[in-house]
Amino acid sequence: MTQSAHDETLLSARGLNLRFGNVIALDNVDAELWPGEVLAIVGESGSGKTTLLNVLSGRMAPQSGVVWYRDAQGHLADVHAMSAPALRALHRSDWGFVHQNPRDNLRMGVTAGGNVGERLMAQGSRHYGNIRQEAIDWLAQVEIDASRVDHLPRTFSGGMLQRLQIARTLVTHPRLVFMDEPTGGLDVSVQARLLDLIRTLVRRLGIACVLVTHDLAVARLLAQRVMVMQAGRVVEAGLTDQVLDDPQHPYTQLLVSSVLSA
Amino acid sequence: MNGYNFAYLDEQTKRMIRRALLKAVAIPGHQIPFGSREMPLPYGWGTGGIQVTAAVLGPDDTLKVIDQGADDTTNAVSIRRFFARTAGVATTTHTAEASVIQTRHRIPEQALREDQIIVYQVPQPEPLSKLEPSRAETRRMHGLAEYGLMHVKLYEDITRYGHVSISYDYPVMVGGRYLMSPSPLPAFDNPKMDMMPALQLFGAGREKRLYAIPPYTRVTSLDFDDHPFRTTRAPHACGLCGARESYLDEVVTDDRGGRLFVCSDTDYCETRRAEGHVGTELAV
Amino acid sequence: MAYVAVKGGERAIDNAHRWMEEERRGDPSVPDLTPQQIGEQLGRAVDRVMAEGSLYDPPLAALAIKQAQGDLIEAAFLVRAYRTTLPRFAASLPLDTEAMTIRRRISAVFKDMPGGQILGPTYDYTHRLLDFALAADFTPPTPAQMPAEVEAMPRIHDILGHEGLIEPDERSDAEPFDITRSPLQFPAGRDARLQSLARGDEGFLLAMGYSTQRGWGGSHPFVGEIRVGAAVVEIVPPELGFAIDIGDIDLTECQMVNQFAGSKTQPPQFTRGYGLAFGHGERRAMSMALVDRALRAAELGEDATAPAQNQEFVIYHCDNIEATGFVEHLKLPHYVDFQSELETIRRMRADAAREMQQEAAP
Repeated sequence: MTQSAHDETLLSARGLNLRFGNVIALDNVDAELWPGEVLAIVGESGSGKTTLLNVLSGRMAPQSGVVWYRDAQGHLADVHAMSAPALRALHRSDWGFVHQNPRDNLRMGVTAGGNVGERLMAQGSRHYGNIRQEAIDWLAQVEIDASRVDHLPRTFSGGMLQRLQIARTLVTHPRLVFMDEPTGGLDVSVQARLLDLIRTLVRRLGIACVLVTHDLAVARLLAQRVMVMQAGRVVEAGLTDQVLDDPQHPYTQLLVSSVLSA
Repeated sequence: MNGYNFAYLDEQTKRMIRRALLKAVAIPGHQIPFGSREMPLPYGWGTGGIQVTAAVLGPDDTLKVIDQGADDTTNAVSIRRFFARTAGVATTTHTAEASVIQTRHRIPEQALREDQIIVYQVPQPEPLSKLEPSRAETRRMHGLAEYGLMHVKLYEDITRYGHVSISYDYPVMVGGRYLMSPSPLPAFDNPKMDMMPALQLFGAGREKRLYAIPPYTRVTSLDFDDHPFRTTRAPHACGLCGARESYLDEVVTDDRGGRLFVCSDTDYCETRRAEGHVGTELAV
Repeated sequence: MAYVAVKGGERAIDNAHRWMEEERRGDPSVPDLTPQQIGEQLGRAVDRVMAEGSLYDPPLAALAIKQAQGDLIEAAFLVRAYRTTLPRFAASLPLDTEAMTIRRRISAVFKDMPGGQILGPTYDYTHRLLDFALAADFTPPTPAQMPAEVEAMPRIHDILGHEGLIEPDERSDAEPFDITRSPLQFPAGRDARLQSLARGDEGFLLAMGYSTQRGWGGSHPFVGEIRVGAAVVEIVPPELGFAIDIGDIDLTECQMVNQFAGSKTQPPQFTRGYGLAFGHGERRAMSMALVDRALRAAELGEDATAPAQNQEFVIYHCDNIEATGFVEHLKLPHYVDFQSELETIRRMRADAAREMQQEAAP
């Protein structure tokens, strides 16, 4: 791994291996992410894509291999050699994680404003009015009406909850956001609107994103590059349009041809 | 009490507690686990405060014990008797004469001095306990200074009520680092803790934690810049001594809504009356 | 009527104590209950107080029961407080319960085994009919004698262990955690958990154990073995360098055999739950074994979602002396804090009334 190849990547992983008993979850996986780009990891369930996301974000440790993160000052850090406090701090500031089920990342008993403002308060914001206004601004960015700022998430629809989770994640201007099936479980029309929103926000804010999805259409809409996984291995990777329009690997071809046309 | 060591606890136990107290003083506001002993009073009734007092008390000390600000409430009587019997120390009801003051739920109105120690009885040392029941998780939060959750609670109060609704056991930041429960003091008493000349020690027997604030330490109550911390006090004068700045107890005098407000700090009130101050109830 | 600040807390307490002692004695024409009577005829109460007081001393527990007027948690508190004053002069060797002098030994997993099923003195098969003959003087009939020579009684767990069917017991020479000396932190090791459970409230353990049987984190338990009898206590005095027998204590031990764990790399085996109680306490020992197994969920790779599987929930709340202290402390004066709440509510109501007025007449 030469220094020059390291120079620009935001996140890079080399030789990741992980097995659960006899099941191979990750088999010698490499990955790279540049600032401001969206990388999609696609595959069917059991392909290892969620495991890869968890290993890249430090939530799960590989049995061998390394994940490097370059911070805003340009310093490289080995994600899995970091102390737990350092990793937690990273997750609360420079990084974000959008869960498939928004309830996993929201406080259902706290108002929308409180949910969005929490990361600000955790970082030392101490002006109630400003926190609330910033929360309102972010709710607007995710197309939630300002009047909902004092409402509890219990009253929100599935799509709104997901948008609230996104607002809560983006409020500290993370450089890198991990997303696990962000539109899974939502109605198709709601999905489309959400995908549009994610695409707009990611591009406008210059956020780098690692996005796991089983849905090729999501990958095509959001990602510049895609990695295709099968049984823990990366079988094909490259620019999204190229891979999806001209798949080389038989498994990719199978995936692409299996997509029902609308 | 025959056969018992001075102040009941054996010297090993006192040494263990004092070592823990030293750690506590070195890390203001941080909870130190200690091997709390079973005491002859029930858990929840002051065993932590008693163990701390027993560990710092010496034969030349003068002890004052108050509960709800008064020397004569039943539990204060019970604890004072305990030390009178097991330690034979002089006891007093006068704040100014005490070298060690054990208290439940109040700080005396009279400012304390550098040569005094105040020991607080603490039922629940974990300020985050109502927001996060797992102690393993709150330990992580303290270690990482992750106190966003507590500010969220204050934010929610302001959203719902227009102001913070916590009226006692109001959380404080100690030395700018640790979030601490001041014990169930009325929020009115919080400002007294800031830069107090006396040593402040806190004991929680059932939860097995103690903590400390060294003299002249910054203690600030959590708030927002645009919703600053404010104290609550019944807007009356003491009916007995006329005091307008002390914390007042509300006494129900008849079944037609009759009310009388009197100083909760009985020593403070008596001292004022001895000096000639008179409230409306006693005015001729 | 002028208000006079009331004094007299000391006198009130003294009078309260005197009245309580009169109540405790009851009608003086009725013979005074002796601790010996309690010890001899209310043995199960004595056993419970020893277990929760965490001190093996039957006459002391009997005295505590008398002093507490039969309130067993209060009695356990007396014993626990007394325990604090006792110096510790030695640690015994681990008790060898396999070598117990058995009064009762049963197993639900085998019909018969070496040593046999010995019912011993048990309520299990009584019909729960109040026996009014007990209200008068009563001389019990003489029971049959157990043979003096008893077969060896190997543990059921060892019998299962010979075939490798059950996970082996943890063996360690490490110094066990001592919950009476060090404060618990979570996650807690099994030694600390078992110590806490051993002195836990029987009712709480029973309810928690019961919950695992009803679907809140079940482990399909079987009673591998229950043993009731006397175990020898041995210490090794440093001057002697060898073990000496300082007496024996009555114990109840329960070994539960539970659902087998196993993974693709490890063959399935039955798993264990363990319970131990002073005196004769089968309900306690069995409940403890169920809860012990439930608390091992995480280390056995199971989802720990039920209350009985939640370490902090179970261990923090099983000590009834801590629990009763804190619950009952609510009786102490809290009027200072209540005053703050009163003022806050009054202000909030005044604010709300003002807002409503402003809205009504802008």
